[in-house]
Amino acid sequence: MSERTLFDKVWDAHAVRQLPSGQTQLFIGLHLIHEVTSPQAFAMMREQNLPVVYPERTVATVDHIVPTEDQSRPYADGLAEEMMQAIERNTAETGVTLHNVGSGNQGVVHIVAPEQGLTQPGMTVACGDSHTATHGAFGAISFGIGTSQVRDVLATQTLSMTRLKVRKIEVNGELGSGVTAKDVILHILAKLGVKAGVGFAYEFAGSTIHDLSMEGRMTVCNMAIEGGARCGYINPDHTTFEYIKGRDHAPKADKWDQAVAWWQSIASDADAVYDDVVVYNAADIEPTVTWGITPGQGLGVSQNIPDVDAFEADDEPLVREAYAYMDLQPGQPIAGVPIDVAFIGSCTNGRIEDLRAAAAVCQAHGGTVPVSVKAFVVPGSERVKVVAEAEGLHEIFTKHGFEWREAGCSMCLAMNPDKLSGRQISASSSNRNFKGRQGSPTGRTLLMSPAMVAVAALEGKVTDVRTVTK
Amino acid sequence: MAQNITAIAGRGVPVRGNDIDTDRIIPARFLRCVTFDGLGEHAFEDDRLQLKEQGKTHAFDDARFQGAKILVAGANFGCGSSREHAPQAIMRWGVEAIIGVSFAEIFFGNNVALGVPCLTASAAEVEALQSAIEADPSLEMSIDVAAATVSYAGTTLQAAIPDGPQRMWTTGQWDATGQLLDGASEVKKVAASLPYISW
Repeated sequence: MSERTLFDKVWDAHAVRQLPSGQTQLFIGLHLIHEVTSPQAFAMMREQNLPVVYPERTVATVDHIVPTEDQSRPYADGLAEEMMQAIERNTAETGVTLHNVGSGNQGVVHIVAPEQGLTQPGMTVACGDSHTATHGAFGAISFGIGTSQVRDVLATQTLSMTRLKVRKIEVNGELGSGVTAKDVILHILAKLGVKAGVGFAYEFAGSTIHDLSMEGRMTVCNMAIEGGARCGYINPDHTTFEYIKGRDHAPKADKWDQAVAWWQSIASDADAVYDDVVVYNAADIEPTVTWGITPGQGLGVSQNIPDVDAFEADDEPLVREAYAYMDLQPGQPIAGVPIDVAFIGSCTNGRIEDLRAAAAVCQAHGGTVPVSVKAFVVPGSERVKVVAEAEGLHEIFTKHGFEWREAGCSMCLAMNPDKLSGRQISASSSNRNFKGRQGSPTGRTLLMSPAMVAVAALEGKVTDVRTVTK
Repeated sequence: MAQNITAIAGRGVPVRGNDIDTDRIIPARFLRCVTFDGLGEHAFEDDRLQLKEQGKTHAFDDARFQGAKILVAGANFGCGSSREHAPQAIMRWGVEAIIGVSFAEIFFGNNVALGVPCLTASAAEVEALQSAIEADPSLEMSIDVAAATVSYAGTTLQAAIPDGPQRMWTTGQWDATGQLLDGASEVKKVAASLPYISW
């Protein structure tokens, strides 16, 4: 069992008591909600006549169903409009802050909370969304939860949880040119697989991880869940503190030193004990692309799609299913696979640095998106959009043939008008390449970094970004 | 207090394959709703349609498995999104317990809260069970939640359930809200002890 890790310290600080079931009642410092997984929770609260106990510790925004083009109300999709009205009513009635469309603060929930300084080291964070793991980038312990658990947090500010084991994933060394945080996590997933994290929290460590910006760290932790780990985190350091400083909800000046001291104290000790440790080298990581139907089916852009023999025997049916669904053959190079759609955005890669990287690729390449490709850029929040426009990024994108949209989850999960159709294949900066994920039951997804999506859009096919940016 | 869930008896429905994610269990377009009502008929919708187009039949469409109560799945079942709509859809289709090689964690937690016991067994044992059900869809199975056993055709399979959830299901404590509310005064103490609450 792990000892003296950040996970252990934060868990112990938030443990209320042991429940009769043997599980731990865990206090949740920050609860985030959105329109998709909360309406049924509020309905259950009403049925059971339960009040929201700490309304100031829950923050709401809308993202999954929000259209990224025409945002006029009522929405064309009546079901989406009904969900919007439900969260507007539920938050108004319970005193929960809602960052609604047009407030200047709306966006993908996992982008909104960090950019406002709500997410801080040492907190427990819960949200009815599996990508809540994102907040671990700050040294918070963050969990995706289901709707019944959203009700539990609203009603009690606590969850019934089983303690996780801790696996340290160390990545050391300098990343090569064109290799980003997204490539680091796709590489880790390709090595560890999508099941290995079940029962674990992932502590991402090592010089490569600590050299990443906060935005890069969020990309890494965001996809811990794709490896099966409900929770991923990085010990807070100077980069973390500098990011938080001055944001809306950052500790005020007179509390700042106290806050930093506490944040430093909850980091894993040098002699912390882990349940497992794995180590990777940054030098082995290329720009990485998925070829299959799980985020673990990825490979370096210079490589060929692996033969079935390269996988464990248990995985054989899934690998064969992936070849058939993706219509890709073992031995075929991933570079050169033609794409129909290019999507830049999502809680994984919809932050300002992601957009800057993609815009830089457009400028280095110089061309425009071919007519055969639909390419669009969706800022992760209204704030990201404002900054991007102030920097002129939107003009770079539109000049090179990309559409520039409003903030939302967009085609990451396609609960809104942004969808693949038929057998279309997308180059996507999002997090999941599951069958049907991007809105067409037979649509196909290649996951990659925003820079790689940009070059794929411009070339109309999967392309090594290093051929453009070197 | 919710009801004690100690035994589930009924026929099985096999859904083969590892890493079946919650987007496949319930595609995102069905999440545009403010209630879970009606999700049952859409469980595995796109997988079902695609098999139909290929002239094949998904187990959830197969007449022989209608009315089954025990889903038998592969490894890492329910991975991906936290959507409770996925276990809700399976439950509302009629499933009362799931046996798998392993479960994704959030999916498992959602099933704890819904009172749908999830048992794990080895890949070989699960495969044998799936084959037995496919060979004889009328096969009656019974699950003893406290013993974590699955009995069928004269054999008893020793499966596994983690202690905490097992106790929650068998003692009617799977709806955790009541227990969590009981700790309200201790919750206040913990909140007061956390430095960031006052920042």
